[in-house]
Amino acid sequence: MKIVVCVSHVPDSAAKINIGADEKNIDKNGVSFILNPYDEFALEEALKIKDSIGADVVLVSVGGDEVKETIRKGLAMGADSGILLKTNAYRDSISTAKLIAEEIKLQGANLVFLGKQSIDGDNGVVGQLVAEILGFNSVSVAVSFNLNGDKIVAEREIEGGREVVETSLPAVITAQKGLNDPRYASLKGIMAAKKKVIDEKEVTVSEIGVELIKLKKPAQKQAGKILGKDSSAVPELVRLLKEEAKVI
Amino acid sequence: MSSKILDYYSIEDLLTHEEKLIRDTIAEFVDTEFIPIIEEYYMKGEFPKYLIPKLGELGIFGMTLPEEYGGSGASNIAYGLAMQELERGDSALRSFASVQSALVMYPIYAFGSETQKKTYLKKLASAEIIGCFGLTEPDFGSNPAGMLTKAEKIDGGFLLNGTKMWITNGSIADISIVWAKLDNVVKGFIVDTKTKGFSAPIMKGKLSLRASITSELILQDVFVPEENILPMSNGLKTPLMCLNQARYSIAWGVIGAMLATYKSALDYSKTRIQFKKPIASFQLTQEKLVKMATEITKAQLLAFQLGKLKDMGKIKHTHISMAKRNNVEQALNIARISREIHGANGILNEYPVMRHAANLETVKTYEGTHEMHTLIIGEDLTGIPAFE
Repeated sequence: MKIVVCVSHVPDSAAKINIGADEKNIDKNGVSFILNPYDEFALEEALKIKDSIGADVVLVSVGGDEVKETIRKGLAMGADSGILLKTNAYRDSISTAKLIAEEIKLQGANLVFLGKQSIDGDNGVVGQLVAEILGFNSVSVAVSFNLNGDKIVAEREIEGGREVVETSLPAVITAQKGLNDPRYASLKGIMAAKKKVIDEKEVTVSEIGVELIKLKKPAQKQAGKILGKDSSAVPELVRLLKEEAKVI
Repeated sequence: MSSKILDYYSIEDLLTHEEKLIRDTIAEFVDTEFIPIIEEYYMKGEFPKYLIPKLGELGIFGMTLPEEYGGSGASNIAYGLAMQELERGDSALRSFASVQSALVMYPIYAFGSETQKKTYLKKLASAEIIGCFGLTEPDFGSNPAGMLTKAEKIDGGFLLNGTKMWITNGSIADISIVWAKLDNVVKGFIVDTKTKGFSAPIMKGKLSLRASITSELILQDVFVPEENILPMSNGLKTPLMCLNQARYSIAWGVIGAMLATYKSALDYSKTRIQFKKPIASFQLTQEKLVKMATEITKAQLLAFQLGKLKDMGKIKHTHISMAKRNNVEQALNIARISREIHGANGILNEYPVMRHAANLETVKTYEGTHEMHTLIIGEDLTGIPAFE
């Protein structure tokens, strides 16, 4: 069986982000990029299937040349090959989903894993959009996954608990933290990844539904207020919590 | 991650994608699996043995060897970076990997028979078996030529007698590469540690490298079968070639210790308030940080070019001596400066500083003391050996 795993090249969550001069991109100077952490769960799930029943795991990513670095990381973890849908143009979620769906069709894969969201754009809808375009079943924010023949039993995280769902292939699954414990790339895997192929395909971004106007930094937090240092400050604190903050 | 702590001269740009990925993978392993537990194991005086299979799975041991012998064919720069990340955790972790790779797998690979390579290397790479290296003796440290351990040829093999000391991993090893004189020529033997007459008591009371296992090896009429002599070993030069491999990993490894103590000092100085401002705003503290950063950068450049020389096959043992000598001494200096910046807090195990400082005291004198490396380079420069 063939499994497609979609991976994103995103800024390291520990990086300090500044907005670039064009106000539409971040300043990439000094920022290191990583494989989107949620995509690591997606890839691990695909690799587990590969380990147990055998599968051809293909990575698909959209972006510029720099994305190859992230694809290589996925290959080092154990994926078999990678496809870079190459474009530097601005994309919204639907245009990204269309590009990916097109490639999945070409690959003939009937199981697709993605992270539940990329930690850069945080839209969290590409997986569901891909499922819709392809007419596949969709399970989002999965925390457990079980494949038996064509049948899928998965658990999803919902407010205050979990729900157990059942569906069948073809399907798109988006991965949440807790789904599994992603493996380290072994040194052998890293060296072997050198010989694996990344297929680069120039693509054109179709029309954009949502346009990015500009990026803004969040408003700076206001400085805290010190009411006093001992118990005499408590009445005033209670009054402010009631009247100003309105939390009690 | 080390690359994010200090890369003042952009050495990052000189590394290949695989080298960076190998470093970052090991860095992640050290950050998530090792650093959270090391203080506890250091205080207990134990090596976290449960991590050994994971190290094998990652493929750290013998990573520069070809795949058919369990390696990954990684570059020597990648190997150095791996050692740096391990020692950023603790010198004990890097020592474990150095011994398994440089002092056990390397001699079998370089001086062993094809059967020995096939029998042992893959198992050592996966850590299915653990090895140790027995050269130093109670009375022969810097002068290994005087070793008393003897091998005697008997029917079907050899009988080994002698005592070795300061042997990393001795008590948990499955095999030991023991160096002994056979008709007055130093030869290497692969000794199964379960053989009758072999014992490896743990050396106790260490105040440095507490998370590393250090043992004596006692050999009393230990029988070693004919096929376990390293056929290409011939004279003292053979174990010294192994030590060169290990010293190479030290030259890189201690950069990890430097980065750990520097990072701790930098973070501390920016948050510790005295006289109403962070101590990082005082000129004396800044001078300390600049000194640390400059020495780290110099050490990184020495190690990088040393790695390039090794990858090009142009490395000399004197090159390794210079990098080992300089980098360990500077790592120790940096640990001490870091301790000063931390003030009293620097002696607590809440910070990694004192642990690294104590470890580096060992690293300065093992695998060739600082003094011996000085004399090795001295002889190279003048043509006059000062230690004979």
